[in-house]
Formats: sequence, structure tokens, C-alpha cells
Amino acid sequence: MATQTVSAGPRSGPNSILLKTVMAVTGLIFIGFILAHMYGNLMIFAGKDAFDEYAHHLRTFGSPMLPEGGFLWVMRITLLVSLVLHAWSAFTLWARAGAARKTRYQVNKAAKSIFVSRAMRWGGVALLLFVVFHLLHFTTNTIQVNGDFSRPSDRLVSSFEVWWAVLIYVIAVLALGMHLLHGVWSAAMTLGLNTSLDRAEVIRVVSVAVAAVVVIGFLAPPFSILFGLIP
Amino acid sequence: MTETLIEGLYTEGEPVADAKAPKTDIVTMWQQRKFDAKLVNPANRRKLDVIIVGTGLAGASAGATLGEAGYNVKSFCYQDSPRRAHSIAAQGGINAAKNYKGDGDSAYRLFYDTVKGGDYRSRETNVYRLAEVSVDIIDQCVAQGVPFAREYGGLLDNRSFGGVQVSRTFYARGQTGQQLLIGAYQALERQIGAGTVQMFPRHEMLELIVVDGKARGIVARDMVSGEIETHLADAVVLASGGYGNVFFLSTNAMGCNVTASWRAHRKGAYFANPCYTQIHPTCIPVSGDHQSKLTLMSESLRNDGRIWVPKNRDDCEKDPREIPEEDRDYYLERIYPSFGNLVPRDIASRQAKNMCDEGRGVGPKVGDFRRGVYLDFADAISRLGEDAVRAKYGNLFDMYERITGENPYQVPMRIYPAVHYTMGGLWVDYDLESSIPGLFVAGEANFSDHGANRLGASALMQGLADGYFVLPNTIRDYLANGPYEPLAEDHPDVVAARASVEERIEKLLSINGERSVDSFHKELGHIMWEYCGMERSEEGLRKAIDLIRSLREEFWRNVRVLGAADTLNQSLEKAGRVADFLELGELMCIDALHRRESCGGHFRAESQTEDGEALRHDDEFAYVAAWEWGGDSGNPVLHKENLEYEFIELKQRSYK
Amino acid sequence: MKLTLKIWRQDGPADAGRMVTYPIEGVSEEMSFLEMLDVLNEDLIAKGEEPVAFDSDCREGICGMCGLMINGQAHGPERTTTCQLHMRSFKDGDEVVIEPWRAEPFPVIRDLVVDRSSFDRIIASGGFISADTGSAPDAHATPVPKDNADRAFMAAECIGCGACVAACPNAAGMLFMGAKVTHLGELPQGQPERDARVFSMVGQYEEEGFGGCTNLGECSRACPKGIPLNVISQLNGDLQRAYRHRS
Ligand SMILES: Cc1cc2nc3c(=O)[nH]c(=O)nc-3n(C[C@H](O)[C@H](O)[C@H](O)COP(=O)(O)OP(=O)(O)OC[C@H]3O[C@@H](n4cnc5c(N)ncnc54)[C@H](O)[C@@H]3O)c2cc1C
Ligand code: HEM
Ligand code: HEM
Ligand code: SF4
Ligand code: F3S
Ligand code: FES
Repeated sequence: MATQTVSAGPRSGPNSILLKTVMAVTGLIFIGFILAHMYGNLMIFAGKDAFDEYAHHLRTFGSPMLPEGGFLWVMRITLLVSLVLHAWSAFTLWARAGAARKTRYQVNKAAKSIFVSRAMRWGGVALLLFVVFHLLHFTTNTIQVNGDFSRPSDRLVSSFEVWWAVLIYVIAVLALGMHLLHGVWSAAMTLGLNTSLDRAEVIRVVSVAVAAVVVIGFLAPPFSILFGLIP
Repeated sequence: MTETLIEGLYTEGEPVADAKAPKTDIVTMWQQRKFDAKLVNPANRRKLDVIIVGTGLAGASAGATLGEAGYNVKSFCYQDSPRRAHSIAAQGGINAAKNYKGDGDSAYRLFYDTVKGGDYRSRETNVYRLAEVSVDIIDQCVAQGVPFAREYGGLLDNRSFGGVQVSRTFYARGQTGQQLLIGAYQALERQIGAGTVQMFPRHEMLELIVVDGKARGIVARDMVSGEIETHLADAVVLASGGYGNVFFLSTNAMGCNVTASWRAHRKGAYFANPCYTQIHPTCIPVSGDHQSKLTLMSESLRNDGRIWVPKNRDDCEKDPREIPEEDRDYYLERIYPSFGNLVPRDIASRQAKNMCDEGRGVGPKVGDFRRGVYLDFADAISRLGEDAVRAKYGNLFDMYERITGENPYQVPMRIYPAVHYTMGGLWVDYDLESSIPGLFVAGEANFSDHGANRLGASALMQGLADGYFVLPNTIRDYLANGPYEPLAEDHPDVVAARASVEERIEKLLSINGERSVDSFHKELGHIMWEYCGMERSEEGLRKAIDLIRSLREEFWRNVRVLGAADTLNQSLEKAGRVADFLELGELMCIDALHRRESCGGHFRAESQTEDGEALRHDDEFAYVAAWEWGGDSGNPVLHKENLEYEFIELKQRSYK
Repeated sequence: MKLTLKIWRQDGPADAGRMVTYPIEGVSEEMSFLEMLDVLNEDLIAKGEEPVAFDSDCREGICGMCGLMINGQAHGPERTTTCQLHMRSFKDGDEVVIEPWRAEPFPVIRDLVVDRSSFDRIIASGGFISADTGSAPDAHATPVPKDNADRAFMAAECIGCGACVAACPNAAGMLFMGAKVTHLGELPQGQPERDARVFSMVGQYEEEGFGGCTNLGECSRACPKGIPLNVISQLNGDLQRAYRHRS
């Protein structure tokens, strides 16, 4: 016997770094969308018309090259495919990590990392559930929170006059903030951007900044509405 | 030559000589030998099996090179990975006569320094070759990606080391051994991946198989399953390192042992100059009875630190900062005004011991004795500033603080000598072949290049020279006559070798006495240190031989080895090693006793000048003492190899 | 001082294993952690119990052989190797839980001893520069800019102890592999094989069954040699670069 153990043998599916790369790229797509979406939401401060204009503009963007709503569909498909890839990679890596350590430690002081790791995975699942709810709420208008309105701005304002709706969104946005706090750092690591200790500092700062901007940017409209700052 | 017992301890046999070094000028000798050595047709190499025991610098480099050449190599080490051989611990650097600094260095100067440093007890031919191939080592290592220190221009940096006047030491911070070994290890792993080398980690060689007078294989124990395996081959290479652990406490790793060499010795390989050990002056002192090993601190500390002890014994317990200047004895500066704190290792070590023996040692009492002298940086700190000292020695100071819990920027360090390196080892000729045909020995395991004392940064050079450049060229001369007759596993000599290993293991497990293996090892170490350490005397050595004999007797009657043979059993592993140390220790004392001169690391109390310095006797002792095993109840046989100095003139060393 | 040790005992690879409690007395501050275990073992032998098996060799923090999970931290509370951890990091009356490295690619052999040959196989698959002996040009033929040389050295400090895997919540070995890829990739000598190296090492890594990295950073915090996380980023980047070159 030449060596004591033999390796476990070929693993099915892409290698872990490739999966991570998929997560990072799709994650960046999400970030792009999230930032744009946040900007759009902030239009509400410029008045209901501006907001509706923006919502409408989304549908006509790219026309006449694209049919009405064409850009929106391209975006939707991209997002959907990204989400499937992102979630599939996440679950595959999750399973691999579980298989790589079957016996747990009796005592483990890596508490913070274990929390972050769980938060990414369960937080991701929570985000997924939220998106479903959110689509039913705003996009399909299936869930009607405070009456049935056809104007997007009306839907928005009326919804956030209800405290529990605000609460759901606050929780979701905080979850998103957490996901991004580690996610941005992680994506930069995965894409090979962290090549020195100085770079690492920059990436840390950027992650915090992105997370903070997203949390504040998304929470500003609902709270403003709740406190009656927006008519 | 005589049959009668000399000193009541040994007999003398025929002299030996190295027959392989070509009779040409020393400068062309190695070229000539490489040319004379027969070649093996590439197609035949695959049919030739070579066993290599050890994956240190010597073993890993030999394994990689022979694998590249296409031989069938089987490589063994007792650690869980070949990367962990104790070569990894070397800090200081590796010498090579590159003359990159243009300071007048050359192969010839390195040769000269090494012979002189070895106190004129090494073979000129081997040392010259070592110096000659040293330059290739650096090229090879750089090509492999060994990250040596570099200057801003991108070229390699050198420093001067061990008191020589040229800068020829290449280094990688304080981790030169590690970086060189990782280079060799990666080359070895490459061959493992390519299938030319088969690796057997956690395998310990326990016996050499000799058939028809030739080394034909080994018996090894799989340390995980406990299985006893026989491995057969056309040639066997031992690169199993040094035996400093016979002293129990040393700077060697816990597992370093003499078993591979000793088993070969018992099968007929001569053991040369066993008493030559190097004691390194700057180690962290022993702190208590439970200490398991000693840690070396780089010698470079002596460049800026001043060594002292209190003048009065009563001050030994005081806080050193409260001892005024006039009550301190800077003894090295006092005794050796021109070299001061930079005297060679053996002198610095011996004087530290003398101070402690006088009762002026410092630090905690271990037993009823203080073992330590101060190495004080207060002057350097006030002269250069703390930051400059930190930049130079920061990592060493941190290591010191981690181990002792004391801050050397504020309190002087304490240091004490410790066993570090063994110049002795299996006797080999110019081809690195032992007295058993087909058994080659490389690295610290052989005796070849360092005489009675090794210069700093020369062991790494020797290990890699042997493994990369020498052995692969010389062993082919032997292999060219192969493949040797195939052996069956049930050949009587093979079966007997295997049976002897099994029997011994069974014996060790069945004694079930009162004392642990470690307690025997510690006691042996104590005897060796007291009587065969820095200073040896006839009386002490005789006493030691008696003590070792009775300890060995007790061992085989009273050792307690728990557990079973067929699992990982660390007590059993240790027991086998200690059993061999108990035999080696006696031979070391006999060798030390018979050599009535002081040379290099061997200081005989009876052979000193009027002012207490070492005195060599070239007329009587300019030879290698190659010992032949005399049997379990017999006496060892001394074979002398006369050392002839054609190129270098013998001189007494003086450092006053 | 007196301590209560809780140690993982396992008779062999197939044994289920269990935690066993051992009180120990007379531990002094100067002892290293492993010397403390030596004392325990001497006690056990005196009592006729089999000593606890654990790995160590150099005992000076460089060979990478030692490695224990001590109170939930790889190599214990200080950033150093287990053999260089001293008992002054503990206080009288402490309870110390000692476990082996846990990861499927590091199966337990006995008690606290694990098998890390998966690391060797990763190196064998490509963690080298192919330079046959004797074929090297003069060492000064290729100068290496000091910044690259320094970064290569920093990464080459890895001692292969496996603490990174032990500490990682995903049991990933990326810091180890990243260190090698960075070491060789920073040097001009390492360029010709750079793409091939990262492909084959990652391929082997997968076969060994390590987890995937999610950039948590526990590995680098546990690493006794302080290998920084950026070697992982380097590894990721190098793999992506290799894919780009391939397509
Ligand atoms: C702390 C320290 C610092 C040093 N610093 C320097 C320095 O700065 N410069 C310098 O030139 N030299 C230095 N030296 C000396 C030098 O490191 C060694 O002499 C040299 O590395 C020995 O290499 P080697 O290949 O012969 O043996 P080792 O590296 O000791 O390797 C021995 C190999 O043999 C194997 N082995 C042993 N017995 C068996 C067995 N029975 N069965 C199977 N396998 C076995 C081991 O597993 C190991 O792989 C230092 C030594 C020490 C201890
Ligand atoms: C099924 C749902 C989801 C799961 C399970 C999930 C899980 C994860 C995980 C495990 C990571 C890796 C983090 C790491 O490397 O440690 C990650 C990264 C990321 N996720 Fe999600 N996520 C989900 C949905 C989302 C959604 C809806 C968004 C955006 C709104 C999002 C945005 C990101 C971003 C930007 C990253 C960073 C990319 C990277 O780490 O390489 N994720 N996600
Ligand atoms: C307070 C926070 C938020 C507000 C006020 C808000 C508001 C809206 C509105 C009004 C729409 C409908 C646009 C339209 O159909 O015309 C919408 C769509 C959408 N939102 Fe949000 N949103 C918020 C947070 C989020 C978050 C955190 C996510 C993702 C994690 C998200 C993802 C989406 C998606 C995917 C769509 C569908 C886009 C489409 O395909 O039409 N939103 N949002
Ligand atoms: S990267 Fe650090 S923790 Fe991992 S094996 Fe190397 S030295 Fe150990
Ligand atoms: S802790 Fe694990 S998740 Fe990655 S950054 Fe280190 S390997
Ligand atoms: S025993 Fe070598 S690093 Fe700890």
C-alpha cells in the first residue's frame, strides 16, 4: 500500500471554484438590478408622476428596437436564469460542504463565520421567498395589501401605510443588506480581485458601502410613507 | 591488525581505503569519475528498483533525480508526508561557491574552509567535490522556484555565516531548510505523480536485507496498520538523517533516529566516527524536567549580543538588570579578545558549560543546577535603537518570547548549548557506497564531508549535493551491472530478516515491565550528555559505557510497551528506536575513548594545551575510525582509513 | 496547575470514537502543550492505559506535523502551531477539549492522528515547477523583482499542517492550495506551467472531497504562518484566467 488513503474519486458537476464564479457573476447581476431598482424606488420622492413615468419607462425602454416590454422581459429572463444558477450553485456547494465534514466538533469557536455561512444560505432562501411574495404583491398585484390600485405609485404608497407590510419589507431589506455585506466581499474574492492586503481593505469598505446604500436606499420610501412624509 | 582486545573494548581490523576516487588531480577528479561510471540504457532503467529511506534534502533530491532518470524508486519516511523530514528545520542558510559577491570566493576556497572547519578530519576528495557541485545546487533550486532572499535588483542576496570571510550563504529568511526541502519535495511529488516514484509515508525501516553480501531490500513497518512489509530492490539508499537524539534532548525532531543506519551497521556497514557530534551554543535553555526537545536560535544573534555570566555565584539569582557592569564576566571577550563572542561553535559551547559548571549559570534551576548564560542585547539596543534590532532579529526575539515568556528587549536572553548535528555516520567511499555493496548512504546519515566539525550552512549543501548530483551519478555504476538476480519473498535471507523484525516487536510488547520507553531514553540521554557531551574524559567514558550496558540490560527486562503490534502504536515505535540508541551510545563512547585527542566537536580533557584549548594529534589520529559490528556478544572492530592531505596543510586552530 | 482534559479517543480508523475525560495535575507554565500531553501519557502508561496518540515531530513550529483542535480552535488560542503553544495560555482549573482535525479528506487514523495525504496528492498533481536535475540555467539568468519574490516567499511559508481545513466551516483546503499556486505563480520560473498547474491541482482538490470556499476567512485566522486570504483570490483568478486562455 503506497499511500494510506486514496482520494474519494471524481466529483460530479463543475469544480467548486467554477460554481463560486457562477455565484459571483449572477450575484453581480443581482447587485446591478438591485441598485437600479433602488434608484427607481427613490423616484417616489420626486413625486408620484415621476415614479409612474419610471415604471412606464421600464416597459418602453429599448423600443422601437424591442417590442413594448421587451427590455423588461430580457431583464426578467436574465434575472430568472441568474437566480436559478445562483441558487443551484449555492445548494450544490452547501451539500459539498456538508459532505466534507460529517463529524462535527464538540466545541467550535468559529462562531462568527458559521453564523455568516448560515446567514448566507438561509438568508438567501429567505430572499427567494421574499421575491416570490414581492412579485405577487407589486408585479402581479395578486396580493393586495391596502386596496386595489392600478397606478404603481398608488400601490406603493397605500401598501406602506400598513405597518406589517413595512415590517416585511424591512426584514427583507435587512436580509439583503446582510447578504450583500458578505456577498460583495465574497464576489470580489472569487473574481480574483483581492491580490494584496491593501486591496482587501478597499473591498471591505466597498462591501460595507454597498450594503449600507442598499439598505438605506430601499428603506427610505417605505418609512417616509409610513410617517406620512409622502402624500 | 590484532585479535586482542584493545582497552578491553574493541579489536582492530584491516585498514580501509576509498578505492573509487580516480587518481587524478582533485580539480578534474569528479569529471573523471562521472565519465568512468558506467551508463544505464534508458530502456533498462525501468527494470531497476532503488529503495530510498528518507525524504530529507538528501533523500528527496535523490528520489526525484533517480525518478526523472527513469528508475523505479520506492521512497520511505516515518512522517505522514515526505515534506516533514527534519531538514525543514534548518534556519540559517546554504553555502555555495557562486562568488556572486565577487569577494574572492571559489570552489577551492570553500573546499579549504570546509576541511579546515572540520579540523582536518575529512577526506579531501569528497570535500572538493562538494564545493564543486555547490554552485549547481543553487541553480537547480532557483529553477524549482525556491524563494531565496533577493536584492532590489532582483538578484540573489548572500550573507556571511559561521565566521568565514566571504559571503557565500544563500538564505530564505530564517527558513532556508524549509524552502529547500519544499523544492525537493515538490520535485519528488512530481515523480510520484508521474509514477516513477512510489511513496511510503508512515513507514519505518526496521531491517536491511542483505543477500549474497549485497544490499537487496528492507523490512519496513507500516506504522498505521502495523503490517511488516518486505521491499526488495537492486540497490538501497539510506538518507535517514542524524542521530543526535541519542542525547534525548537535542535540536532534532522527536522522531529522528539511528535505526535505519544502525540496522545496516549490524548487517555489516561500517559506522564511522560515531563520537563526532556538534553542540550548538545558542539554544534556548532547558526549563524543566518535562522538556521534550531544545530549540535552536540562529547563530547570527552572536553578531550583536554579548555573552556574560555574573562574576559572583551569589548574583545568579538576581534580576540581571540589577547586576552592575563591574560584576559581570563577559567571558568570551575576556578569554578570546580577538574573536570575542564570535568564536566557533565548539568553543562557545564548551565555555558556556565551564561557566555553569563553576556554578555561575543563570536561569531556573533544573535539578540543582542552572543551565544558561546571558546573551545581552542592551548594548546593541542602545547603540542601534530598538527598531533596528527588531528589524534584524524580530522573529527570533518573538520565538524566544513565545517559548520562555520573557521579553528579550528588556531582559537579556538566556542561552545554553544543545546537541545539534552528528558528523559521524555510516562509512562511505567516494561513490557514497557503504561497506556493503549496493548500500548507499547520503546526507547527514553518512560521515563523509564534515570531519570533526561542521561549518554553518554546509549540511544543507551536502544533503543536496549528495542527492541531486553525486549519488545519481555514482549509483548508476552499480546499477549498470543489474538488474540483479530476482529475489523471491521466501528467499531464506529475506524470511530471516522479516522474522527477526517480528520477533523483536513481539519481544518489546511482551516484556511488560515497569518503566516507560521515555524514561529509558531520558536516562540514556543524561549519560551521554554528562560523559560523551561537550567534554569527554577517559574516566567518564568508561563510567558511561558501564552505565549504558546496565541500562540496556534493564531495558530488555523492564520496559513497558503497551498496546498491540497491528495498529498505530507510538510507544512501540519509540521503543525500537531507543533500543538502537542504547547500542549506538556505547559505540559512541568507545569511539570517543579511543580517540585520545581533541578535535572539532570532540574535546578530550586529557588532550588540551596549557591554557585549556583543544589539542589535536595528527601523527596518531589523522584517520577515520570506521567501526564494524562485532556481534551482540562480541566487540566492535576498528578499521582505520588514513587521511592524506595533498592539497591542504594541517594546522592547529587558534582563536585567541 | 490543574486541568481537566477532554480528549477524543479512537482505537482505529473504523472505530466510532468517544470523548474521555482526564484530570491532570502539576502542569507548569513553561511546558508546551504537547509536553503536557507527554506528561499525561507517562501517567497513563504508569497506570497501564494506552497513551494518547498524537502527531508531532520538529516541535518547533516548522514541520507541520502537529495539529490539534483545542477548545474549538485549530492549534489553540494563539496564532501558532500546537507544538509552540505553551501552557501559560491556560489557567488553573481550565477545561481543555482536544479533538483531531475534522474533515473527510483527513480521515482519523487513531485518537488525534489524522491522515493528510490528500495534501500530498494535490501537490503531486501539479504543485511544482518541472525542472529536471541538471537542466537549470545559472541562478542569475532570471532576476525576480523583489515584490514578486517577497510575495512568493510569503506564500511559500505554508507548512502543510492542515489547520486551514480544520478551521474552515466548509472544510475547504483553499488556503493551502492558494498558497502553492501563489508561490509558484509569482515567479518567472512558474509561468510556463501556470495554467496547467491550476487546472490539475483544482481537479485533484475536487477528487479529494474538500468543501468549497465561501470566503469566510477562518482559515487565515487559524493559519500558524499567517498566510493571507488573498492567496485564495489569486487561485480563483488564476483558474479563471486559465479558462480564458483555454477558450
Ligand atoms: C534546528 C536545525 C537547524 C539547522 N540549520 C542548518 C543550517 O542553517 N544550515 C545547514 O547547512 N544545516 C543546518 N542544519 C543541519 C541540516 O538541517 C541537516 O543536517 C540536514 O538537513 C539533514 O538532511 P538529511 O536529508 O540527511 O536528513 P533529514 O532531513 O533528517 O531526513 C531524514 C529522513 O529519513 C527518514 N527516516 C529516518 N529514519 C527512518 C527509518 N527508520 N525509516 C524510514 N524513514 C526514516 C525521515 O522520515 C526523514 O524523511 C540544521 C539542523 C537542525 C536540527
Ligand atoms: C435561493 C436563494 C439564494 C441563496 C440560497 C443564496 C445563497 C448565496 C450564497 C451561499 C452566496 C455565497 C456567499 C459566499 O460566498 O459566502 C451568495 C452570494 C451572493 N448572493 Fe445569494 N443567495 C440567494 C439569492 C440571492 C438573491 C435573491 C440575491 C439578490 C438579490 C443574491 C445576491 C447575492 C450576491 C450579490 C452574492 C455575492 C456573490 C458571491 O458570493 O460570489 N442572492 N448567495
Ligand atoms: C422597499 C423596497 C422595495 C420596493 C418599494 C419595491 C418596489 C417594487 C415595485 C413597485 C415593483 C413593480 C415594478 C413594476 O412592475 O412596474 C417591483 C418589482 C420588483 N422588485 Fe421590488 N421593491 C422593493 C424591494 C425589492 C427587493 C429587496 C428586491 C429583491 C431582492 C426586489 C425585487 C423586485 C423584482 C425582481 C421585481 C420585478 C421586476 C419585474 O420583473 O417587473 N424588490 N418592486
Ligand atoms: S495554509 Fe496555513 S493552515 Fe493551511 S496548511 Fe498551510 S500553514 Fe497550515
Ligand atoms: S475558512 Fe473556508 S470558506 Fe474559504 S476563506 Fe477559508 S477556506
Ligand atoms: S511538531 Fe513540527 S510544527 Fe509542530
